[in-house]
Amino acid sequence: MTRTTAWWRYAILAAAALVFAFPFYFMVVGAFQQNPTNTPDEMFPREGWTLGNFTAIDSRIDLLGSLTNSLIFTAGVLLGTVTFGLLAGYALARLDFRGKSATWVLMMLVQMVPFQLLMIPLYVQITRSYGLGDTYLGMILPFLINTTAVFIFTQFFRALPKEIFEAARIDGASELRILRSVAVPMVRPALVTVLLVTFIGPWNEFLWPFLVTKDTSLQPLAVSLANYISNVAQSTANPNGAILAGATALAFPVVILFLLFQRYFTASDIGAAVKG
Amino acid sequence: MTDVVTPPVRTPSSPGSRTGGRRKVLGRHPIGSLFALPYMVFVALIFAYPLVFACYIAFHDYFFTAPGVEMERPFVGLANFIDVLTDPQVLESFRNTAVFLVINVPLTAVAALVLASALNAGIRWAAAFRVAFYVPYLTASVSLVGVWMLLFSSGGLVNSVLGPLAPEPSWLVNSALAMPSIALYVTWKQLGFYILLYLAALQNIPAELHESAATDGASALQRFRHVTIPGVRNATTLVLILAIITGANLFTEPYLLTNGGGPDGASLTPVLLIYQKGIQQQNPDTAAAMGMILVIIVGLLSLTANRLTREK
Repeated sequence: MTRTTAWWRYAILAAAALVFAFPFYFMVVGAFQQNPTNTPDEMFPREGWTLGNFTAIDSRIDLLGSLTNSLIFTAGVLLGTVTFGLLAGYALARLDFRGKSATWVLMMLVQMVPFQLLMIPLYVQITRSYGLGDTYLGMILPFLINTTAVFIFTQFFRALPKEIFEAARIDGASELRILRSVAVPMVRPALVTVLLVTFIGPWNEFLWPFLVTKDTSLQPLAVSLANYISNVAQSTANPNGAILAGATALAFPVVILFLLFQRYFTASDIGAAVKG
Repeated sequence: MTDVVTPPVRTPSSPGSRTGGRRKVLGRHPIGSLFALPYMVFVALIFAYPLVFACYIAFHDYFFTAPGVEMERPFVGLANFIDVLTDPQVLESFRNTAVFLVINVPLTAVAALVLASALNAGIRWAAAFRVAFYVPYLTASVSLVGVWMLLFSSGGLVNSVLGPLAPEPSWLVNSALAMPSIALYVTWKQLGFYILLYLAALQNIPAELHESAATDGASALQRFRHVTIPGVRNATTLVLILAIITGANLFTEPYLLTNGGGPDGASLTPVLLIYQKGIQQQNPDTAAAMGMILVIIVGLLSLTANRLTREK
């Protein structure tokens, strides 16, 4: 590798990184400014710092309530995915049972079914047939078990040496016990990966909760912030700071989690998850 | 309502080989099907049944009723499909999606591959760069759309930097620029994910291939063309297909960024229209038919992408 090519790599990467990071800088700085700027010479403000934007948006959309709703929605999905995903992943990787290949085929099909097709029937099913409009369960149900997570669990359980499982079985442990005390402790990193992969889905999801919740006190932050942007903001005197404050509140939990755990989040996991 | 897919339990044929026969039928660990059962119920309820239900709705005169009210919903054949295909708004939304795909898909594939190969050369701060590229993908679109709206509004930062070069009317309210602006936004938002896919593929190309090409006197550009690009062919197929699917699913961006598909329908997308027709205007039958047509088109496009990137 010659010196010039290396220099070019850095130039390309740095320019791209700037394009990727700048809107975040703009968002966070604007969220804490009395008058978020739109001119380049005021991009590095020295004064005018305030928390007022957060109180401004809170007065219109109940920031804490919406964040709690986002958290309940996300926690429900995580709970379902970890409980039922571990069971299914373990069975697919380590147990020989009738219907195993059918389950595998189903998983492949699920990955291919696009949401455009499911949107209307799911809406009819959940709000009309089951009467779950404006409930947490109605929000959670379509995401309850994340298929990508089941794939990741299966992949990790398969990688464990089979002698461990045979030994545990000879000792007379039940399969549930083996899963809980042998298999799960050995795939802790997979658990973190799955939690991260699964977390961003419901936390960021807009369309589905937007469809099933009309009651504003049940809406997750993504939905109430969108309502603020599209309806309320126009009738407010200075909405820019409030929009950026809401955007920051919605963005931060995921970004922080990812930065904390990013070593668990590797290219090969993502590749494996997508390719199945 | 839904038939749950459970493995059928059969009694063994001969009593003599009782356990052996049961093993053959149920597998060595019948409890496995119990473990997989919740997932299978979930798939049946949330994917299989709605899929069948979508077809039913699309071929019937389906409308919403108050709970408990039974109404006849007659079979109408292809009428809903004809309604959809003769609706100028629908055709416009498909045209808009075409504009989106023409900009987004090639830009995504090229930019992701270039950035992934730049990252792959064992450079310093690779992890920091990766994080910078990946953060928009992780962040809620609603957040980022809020930021882009301010950046690209008529008095926004982008226009104040461009000065006299700023478009008039501004980006998101300009019928020629609204869809390209959305395409740029989505490329930016999703790129980190595709960079990761390409990184995984690049790590599977044996280093010897690059080395032997270099010994044969191939320049960096020639090696990129003859070693890297063929080496990541499968990843390219995946990137193209996923980008097409993302493009066909656009909802949040036109809903918020261009105020519901504006100006004057210039950024109207199929999913936005499915929402308007199916839920706002209470015509789930046309909306379901439109969903089916959209899925068929996406399927054909994905198949084409697969063919084009297949080894000759």
